[in-house]
Amino acid sequence: MANAFWCVVEDDRAGRPKKANAEVLGEAARLAAQTGGQAEAVWLTDKAEADGLGHLAEWGAERIWLLEAPGLAPYRGEVWTPVLAELAGKEQPKAILGAVTSRLRELMARLAARLGVGLSADSVAFDFREGTLVATRPVYAGKLLSKVSWAKAPWLATLRPNVFKPRDLLAGRAPVVERPAVTIPQPTMAFVERREEVSTGLPELTEAEIVVSGGRGLKGPENFVILEELAKVLGAAVGASRAAVDAGWRPHRFQIGQTGRTISPKLYMGFGISGAIQHLAGMRTSKIIVAVNKDPEAPIFKIADYGIVGDLFEIAPLLTQEFKRLLEK
Amino acid sequence: MKVLVPVKQVPDTATQVKIGGDPRAIDTTGITWIVSPYDEFAVEEALRIKEKRGTGEVVVVSLGPERVKEALRSCLAMGAERAVHVNEPAWESADTLTTARALAAVIKQEQPVIVLFGRQAIDDDMGAVGVQVAELLGWPCASWIMEAAISGDGTSVRVGRQVEGGLEVFELPLPCVLTAQKGLNEPRYPTLKGIMGAKKKEIKDVKAADLGLAADGAQLTVVTLEALPPRPPGRIIPGEAGEAVKELVRALREDAKAI
Ligand SMILES: Cc1cc2nc3c(=O)[nH]c(=O)nc-3n(C[C@H](O)[C@H](O)[C@H](O)COP(=O)(O)OP(=O)(O)OC[C@H]3O[C@@H](n4cnc5c(N)ncnc54)[C@H](O)[C@@H]3O)c2cc1C
Repeated sequence: MANAFWCVVEDDRAGRPKKANAEVLGEAARLAAQTGGQAEAVWLTDKAEADGLGHLAEWGAERIWLLEAPGLAPYRGEVWTPVLAELAGKEQPKAILGAVTSRLRELMARLAARLGVGLSADSVAFDFREGTLVATRPVYAGKLLSKVSWAKAPWLATLRPNVFKPRDLLAGRAPVVERPAVTIPQPTMAFVERREEVSTGLPELTEAEIVVSGGRGLKGPENFVILEELAKVLGAAVGASRAAVDAGWRPHRFQIGQTGRTISPKLYMGFGISGAIQHLAGMRTSKIIVAVNKDPEAPIFKIADYGIVGDLFEIAPLLTQEFKRLLEK
Repeated sequence: MKVLVPVKQVPDTATQVKIGGDPRAIDTTGITWIVSPYDEFAVEEALRIKEKRGTGEVVVVSLGPERVKEALRSCLAMGAERAVHVNEPAWESADTLTTARALAAVIKQEQPVIVLFGRQAIDDDMGAVGVQVAELLGWPCASWIMEAAISGDGTSVRVGRQVEGGLEVFELPLPCVLTAQKGLNEPRYPTLKGIMGAKKKEIKDVKAADLGLAADGAQLTVVTLEALPPRPPGRIIPGEAGEAVKELVRALREDAKAI
């Protein structure tokens, strides 16, 4: 369908689409409705779980393009790009969207080059101006918003997780599944191994709805336990400032900010973090920001919705207790 | 082994950025410019590759107005051999694809075996140019690498790229494109000798015509820059710790509905 808004599916590599697709499909459906089009999912995988197709339909995909072949795992840009470009060439979608994940941010850039079109990376809003899509994206460490537009379709964009609202579930809908034949190019990159991170038992930083984050105020690596306890009660992820990471208290993958991860949770709670501009760059679009810092002048209080001026070593355990009491009720 | 490192000059994050008279660009007066931090990891890795193999050349390339020569000079001071400045006024507001096309043309002329980018520039945070260069050249590419080791015979590189939940290790044949993530290395500071030496190193100016390219228009254009909508004023919760915590939890639950 020429007015289709595609969502390139991000799965968990075990054949299940991640929840970020619900957000992308929700936005795709909202935009498609304004151009008389529809939201569709395009899923490149080596093995799709049948449930996965059902989820995509529930999240708003009117049609699912299932490109299933063993050669599609593990992800390689040089393989996925021509496969997706071929389908896009045939189907002429209006837009191709995907969540910001390690695979998709690379794939979409590569696809844009192959199709000779623009890409809006890490977008946080969309609207139309005179029939053309306009995307909003944070720039300069999140200090400004840039509105960008495309010279021609397809409009390619990646969407920051947790920012867009999924639509109401379309329960019990049978998915329309197309299985176009795919030619898988021979990769030149050889997969060697995947080294899993030691699981913390907590959600992944970029996907978590609640993030509890610690900075230099924690004074040492052993004290992150205090935040982990709070995180466990809330089902939250634990992040860190660069100061805590550079001190070797947390591995780099936990760093939030300009030279770390960009997150946009429903609730961000910063403990012993001053709120330097480079840290704000990574968490400024959080919906609710809480700061605990003993310095009333700490810049983080300027963007916090709620703040407590005090000693984190006293406040954090009290919060854990209080949340436990509340959530166990 | 020749390694090419494209670098971008960006405003220092600590400097204030203001929207300019043309609302599609920032006001550049009073801005302190730096080499985009991720690009420094790329330069450092290129220098280490050269030093480890005992031979080779590191060439840095940048696109932009005259002032980007300062950024190239700081890379030369770190130890790069020479620099190419794509000094084309028609590309002042180039998008990622135009930039990638220009860089791909430079790469075709220079024929390096590895091209190392930073994972993204910290001004527009697009993170697309490196990957797009790989696509235009038809080269393999691994982005957000945290480790890199070239094979003894110099024909391939083994890299670990950061992905959700882990590190994926791939072996790429050369030539290839890599983009550097923080954690790959610790960039060195230029020495005084390096800074002095950099003044004598070559920075070659090239224009679109030298690259056999037309200065074509951008595929993605900035419509306008806007200030952030202000966040509603926050609330410092007073009182002794126990009281404040109770009130915070109540507010998060009942007012903000965040829990
Ligand atoms: C190019 C570049 C990129 C950068 N990228 C990032 C990035 O991605 N992420 C990032 O975070 N930073 C980044 N930084 C670093 C940034 O500028 C700050 O240095 C860093 O964020 C500071 O971390 P912090 O707030 O934990 O430490 P500090 O600035 O030292 O602040 C510690 C805070 O803890 C408070 N405190 C101390 N003890 C207690 C206590 N017992 N209870 C409560 N509060 C307490 C203090 O009042 C203080 O406000 C970058 C810098 C540069 C130059």
